[in-house]
Amino acid sequence: MTETLSKFQKIPDREPPSSTVGMLAWVRINLFGTTTNTITTLLFLYVIYLFLPPFLDWAIFNANISGSDRSVCDENKSGACWTFVKVRFEQLLFGLYFATNPDQIWRPITALFTFGIILTPLLFEKTPFKKWLLLILLTAYPVFFIFIVYGGAFGIPVSDTGQWGGFLLTFALAFVGIVLALPLGILLALGRRSQMPVIRALSVTYIEFWRGTPLITILFMASVMLPLFFPSGVDFDKVVRAMIGITLFQSAYTAEAVRGGLQAIDKGQTEASMALGLGYWKRTIFIILPQALKISIPAIVNTFIALFKDTSLVSIIGLLDLLKMSQSASRSLEWNGYDIEGYLFAGFVFWACCYGMSSYSQKLERKLDTEGRTE
Amino acid sequence: MTSASASKKSTKNQISPIITINKLNKWFGKFHVLKDIDLEVNKTEKIVICGPSGSGKSTLIRCINRLEVHQEGTIIVDGTELTDDVKQINEIRSDVGMVFQHFNLFPHLTVLENCTLAPIWVRKKSKLEADELAMELLTKVRIPDQAKKYPGQLSGGQQQRVAIARALCMQPRVMLFDEPTSALDPEMIKEVLETMIELAESGMTMIVVTHEMGFANKVADRVIFMDEGQIVEQNDPKNFFNNPKSDRTKLFLSQILNH
Repeated sequence: MTETLSKFQKIPDREPPSSTVGMLAWVRINLFGTTTNTITTLLFLYVIYLFLPPFLDWAIFNANISGSDRSVCDENKSGACWTFVKVRFEQLLFGLYFATNPDQIWRPITALFTFGIILTPLLFEKTPFKKWLLLILLTAYPVFFIFIVYGGAFGIPVSDTGQWGGFLLTFALAFVGIVLALPLGILLALGRRSQMPVIRALSVTYIEFWRGTPLITILFMASVMLPLFFPSGVDFDKVVRAMIGITLFQSAYTAEAVRGGLQAIDKGQTEASMALGLGYWKRTIFIILPQALKISIPAIVNTFIALFKDTSLVSIIGLLDLLKMSQSASRSLEWNGYDIEGYLFAGFVFWACCYGMSSYSQKLERKLDTEGRTE
Repeated sequence: MTSASASKKSTKNQISPIITINKLNKWFGKFHVLKDIDLEVNKTEKIVICGPSGSGKSTLIRCINRLEVHQEGTIIVDGTELTDDVKQINEIRSDVGMVFQHFNLFPHLTVLENCTLAPIWVRKKSKLEADELAMELLTKVRIPDQAKKYPGQLSGGQQQRVAIARALCMQPRVMLFDEPTSALDPEMIKEVLETMIELAESGMTMIVVTHEMGFANKVADRVIFMDEGQIVEQNDPKNFFNNPKSDRTKLFLSQILNH
């Protein structure tokens, strides 16, 4: 009987053809694969050739950085005037109070450095006690920041928030906006999907109201209208008002980003956790949110990046954030005419922060991908 | 033998019902899915429910752990009636294990974490205790070596066996199976059915919605046939397959056995 069965023989695996692997093959296939592809590649190279060398000449090779006033720049107009950024560096980063009180400049520097020191280990996968570090960053750090930057205790002179400016202000607004809007947004997203009609209606109303109002309007309201509702003696801080406005606005956007993630979770996940006897909060915290937040990382980070850039709208209520500070510095008598350098610097700082957030979110997505969804 | 006496429920102190369903009616909107269902399930009894799709068989077992809310009639599980009381519902759910057609494992947790989450947070077991129990049950379903993997790295058959282990980790008094093999490749159906047969032999009370008639024949104490939201016929497997009493049952059997 058995002699009629032929034995199954496995063909051994072979290497792919050498013309399809390696650097050169990649270039040939991806950059010069078809006629259209080749034309696009060449056109693109030509555009780079046209614009990149002159820009590099201006920004780097012919640029001025020496000296401490505009005389060097005025002599050599063919290059950028980084001298301006160098001389006004403290002002651009920390605002007028710290720029004019050099003995106090250690305060914002310490505050931002501490942030970097706590944040950096969080970015690496192998760091132990990550949860505790994150907790410190979200709770102890803000207290430390106020204590050291605002001052008022232990002989540290008060730096009024109205005097905060530059990157320091941008950072403070974005930090508060992001840290408070995420939990608020998660609660709103859960509320919008709640079985209870009252909670659902409240969440929908909140989200649609704040999402339908421009941030500029909200900042105006926070700055002009809000004081009208308080007795004349009570005047609470302009920066705090901006922070509240930004947080309320941002939480509506975050809520919608999180809702997108919640909707993508299969109903079976809820059913399986219900069937195990897990109550609403337990299944939300352990089963639904971890998956939903993972899916919504790109959308959430997108709203955070938007928020980070939107903080520059506070200039409308008279606060000097990084962008406005660059503008006003380059319009001062000493540096009038060098606003391109100011804008480029501000733009670069914004870009670096946003690109950092974006890269981290991509890394996080890959790390949390236990289902092999992304390549 | 036991099945015949069990369904007659002659001696109540010996064989008491763990699930009692009385005049159960359920609607989806205007659609009447379940009509006047009466059903008693005794301890250690194995019941197989079959029927065409849309007959209400899945809905029926989903009512038992209140994944579906019924509108009329009563369901009593282990002495507790299912009402809107959330605490009572969660207590009943923790005593009633369920296995789904699409496994519904938690993809962001490892196999072991899938099995220990509910014992830790619902049963308040220590992590160590929960781990031990989970490994014991994963060994029982023959996949202890996969404990550290994520569900996405396992085959369908392995995933379904993890789902069975996950439910067993709550040490349930009843197990519900909602078409556990319908989403599996033919080669994997066998391994899941074997696991279920072993579970049945260990004395677990089981209600299984399935089209696996071989399984029904081998394991069931009682086979229930449903159509149009009603229980059309119930009998022990031998009589059910060999001389069905209703013409509807006969038609159904001829269709699924001769394909």
